[in-house]
Amino acid sequence: MTFLGLTAEMLARLQFAFTVSFHFLFPAFSIGTASFLAVLNGLWLWKRDEAYLKLFEYWKTIFAITFGMGVVSGIVMSYQFGTNWARFSDKAGAVIGPLMGYEVLTAFFLEAGFLGIALFGRKRVGDTMHMVAVVAVAVGTLISATWITSANSWMHTPAGFSIDAAGSFVPEDWWAIVFNPSFPYRMTHTVLAAFLTTAFAVGGVGAWHLLHNEENRQSRIMFSMAMWMAAIVTPIQIFVGDQHGLNTLEHQPAKIAAMEGHFETHENGAPLILFGIPDDEAEVTRYALEIPKLGSLILTHHLNGRVQGLKDWPRQDRPPALMPFITFRVMVGIGFLMLALGIWSLYARAKGSLYSNRALLRSALIMGPSGFVAVLAGWYTTEVGRQPYTIYGLLRTSDSLSPVSAPAVGTSLLAFIAVYFIVFGTGTFYLLKLMRRVPELTEDPELDRGPTRAAGTTPGPAQDDPMGGENVH
Amino acid sequence: MSIDLPIIWAAIIAFAVLAYVVLDGFDLGVGILFPLFPHRHDRDVMTNSIAPVWDGNETWLVLGGGGLMAVFPLAYATVLPALYMPIILMLLGLIFRGVAFEFRWRSGPDSRLWDGGFWLGSSVAAMMQGIALGALVQGIKIENRSYAGGWWDWLTPFSILTGVAVVVGYALLGATWLNLKTTGELQHRARRMAMALGVALLVLIAVVSLWTPFINHLYFERWFGWPTAFFSAFVPLLVAMCAVALWHGLTQDKHLQPFLAALGLFVLSYAGLGISFYPYIVPGALTIEEAAAPDSSLIFLLVGAVVLIPIILAYTGYAYWVFRGKIDPEEGYH
Ligand code: HDD
Ligand code: HEM
Ligand code: HEM
Repeated sequence: MTFLGLTAEMLARLQFAFTVSFHFLFPAFSIGTASFLAVLNGLWLWKRDEAYLKLFEYWKTIFAITFGMGVVSGIVMSYQFGTNWARFSDKAGAVIGPLMGYEVLTAFFLEAGFLGIALFGRKRVGDTMHMVAVVAVAVGTLISATWITSANSWMHTPAGFSIDAAGSFVPEDWWAIVFNPSFPYRMTHTVLAAFLTTAFAVGGVGAWHLLHNEENRQSRIMFSMAMWMAAIVTPIQIFVGDQHGLNTLEHQPAKIAAMEGHFETHENGAPLILFGIPDDEAEVTRYALEIPKLGSLILTHHLNGRVQGLKDWPRQDRPPALMPFITFRVMVGIGFLMLALGIWSLYARAKGSLYSNRALLRSALIMGPSGFVAVLAGWYTTEVGRQPYTIYGLLRTSDSLSPVSAPAVGTSLLAFIAVYFIVFGTGTFYLLKLMRRVPELTEDPELDRGPTRAAGTTPGPAQDDPMGGENVH
Repeated sequence: MSIDLPIIWAAIIAFAVLAYVVLDGFDLGVGILFPLFPHRHDRDVMTNSIAPVWDGNETWLVLGGGGLMAVFPLAYATVLPALYMPIILMLLGLIFRGVAFEFRWRSGPDSRLWDGGFWLGSSVAAMMQGIALGALVQGIKIENRSYAGGWWDWLTPFSILTGVAVVVGYALLGATWLNLKTTGELQHRARRMAMALGVALLVLIAVVSLWTPFINHLYFERWFGWPTAFFSAFVPLLVAMCAVALWHGLTQDKHLQPFLAALGLFVLSYAGLGISFYPYIVPGALTIEEAAAPDSSLIFLLVGAVVLIPIILAYTGYAYWVFRGKIDPEEGYH
């Protein structure tokens, strides 16, 4: 049975890709923002400089909305394995499940348990306990990223298991499972990606305010902090990405061949294809713009290193090449743009024009959303490059599916699309509205309210909320 | 006697689901009651009473679901496809409910829309949880390690009845929670609602209890055969005691007692279900032993659960304690 001409498998893949892409946009931002808030709050407690408190309150509201959207979209993910990928869950649940179980026990409860105090409790618990709560939330997001990338990495580079008579994966060595070969690379790369995403978003907001008012201290501080992150973390990220690629070459050479657009195996030095259009049917990359030998140099660190092409694998075992090829270039392209902006900011800082160089500020503003594009592009490279398997080399995507009919998957996909666009679209609109606010507080910030509405005990609607007074007073 | 890992895990998962039901139950209940409190100010107080804790409450659902996948993968892989539509609708409901906490403060004049979303999301999520429960009680068809029924099998008169029962039950939890956390006119109205809801819930519990034994002979034997008939007599007695405590608390203007009594009703209904189910995890189709993951998974996660769940309970308790007491309706205004 099909739905709008699509099979249940295709629909389930679309549904997973759609819901996880939306979900990941939020963690990509909230992981970084949580740590940023911890730093801001620490600076406030240490220096007692109001500017940091104002920044904390400013980003706190933005964080709360992002985090809320991350939570609800994440819950969808954890049930999706059962609704759409039941056979995967039956076979691999004993391995993947405990990793996600630990994520819940060590991370989600920690985040959720302290979130209320971090957002609304400063006055109730005092500075020290409040700081503990803020740090607990930040640490929770990082622990969460660790477990989930471990689970995901295991699907790319499975290790530490045996397969029983029913075809199920049986965990044998948990250490080998958690620290599977691609995990350290994927985790580092993903967490740095989240920090960069936040840095560029914060930098974009700071730049926007500086373009309107060069003097505001809070805008200056946030822009400066963001640019330090850009300048320091981007080079590290590029290095880690390169190492990640080498690891992938070792464990998933077909993915690398797809990312690089190589159909032929090069025994004697592969070119680097800068641009082109891989055509899986014809098994060629059309309109290729190549630099001889560079591909081998990057991948094997030798000019004449051997690089495998997709033709080395039977057709039914190859990933599609077009998507990883394009998304990989998008990610790397953004990586180098980030690097350029970071270096430029160092230069402007040295010249004392960091807050006044309008070309720099405009570029930072344009680069504001770039991290989101890069992380999605990166995940698409990774995940599509794993095809046609869900557990690389062992379990095919077509054998992972639930026994659910196409209309059921299709209907729910349409429902997700409608709801996500309405809900998360509106959420994004509110986020932009909040980011447009000048980072100043008009009320005593210690009271935990003001434009950041508080809750728990203080039902203060935003003061720019015209409805706020309806039946008060 | 060796340690029976699957049974221990069944108990832990059951605990997680129960914790979810009673904790998120009162949050969802507050949402379900929204239309009955049309004033914006009341609604602010109501949402503020749950804002600091709802996320933690909902996390028990993630533990229930994620834990099921980890330790009973076969149950996870058969129950979820069988309950496909109710689960998806529940998730969509939880999305609206979850974002409304933040969005209703951000939307200016549109906040009524998000209040509507809060109500609808809470109600749909509650209804679907009840329907899923009813469908599970009725049993699902499993062949060859996978679900073998259609995608509408879950919709029956019985599952709709259990859906309504859960909505009413959550609304009761919500009303007694408001009675605990608020003051004045708001509290007074919540208390009156709790009385009506309490009566309605008891009627629904009675109907569901009388219907269940006739769905499957397993349940019939469990409830009317020896030695379990002992419990059959015992559980209704305890339910009656909770009902009395609820009524007494509400009429005597007690603040905590009605909430605890409502929790008691949930715990007892839940225990009743447990009696019906045991030793099955999917009634009639899959026992706890059959569905269990290999021991290596059970042990690995058990170590974490034994150490971490008490810690989680401790800091969750702390968070509740920080936000204890009545919500001051004027705080935050000038
Ligand atoms: C690298 C990071 C990362 C990745 C790849 C994922 N998540 Fe996520 N997730 C987080 C990082 C995160 C987070 C930072 O921990 C979130 C974001 C906002 C939040 O509340 O926690 C979160 C929230 C979140 C929640 C709600 C937690 C709560 O109740 O507080 C669930 C159930 C999931 N996620 C499940 C998943 C699943 C099943 C994924 C894979 C398909 C997934 N996440 C990918
Ligand atoms: C948040 C970051 C992630 C993104 C953006 C992402 C993206 C994707 C995409 C685009 C697909 C569809 C690939 C295709 O059909 O061609 C996919 C599939 C899948 N991914 Fe991921 N993924 C992420 C994280 C994860 C994690 C953490 C896990 C597991 C723990 C996971 C497990 C799966 C599974 C089971 C499928 C379904 C089978 C398939 O279609 O390949 N993903 N993901
Ligand atoms: C410019 C240098 C970069 C290189 C060489 C690089 C390299 C890679 C490689 C090879 C992969 C695929 C790994 C695999 O699945 O086998 C990947 C994935 C990914 N990249 Fe990059 N990357 C770069 C920059 C970035 C930037 C700037 C971001 C985001 C801000 C980013 C975010 C991601 C994410 C989220 C993934 C998916 C998760 C993972 O597999 O780690 N990358 N990257």
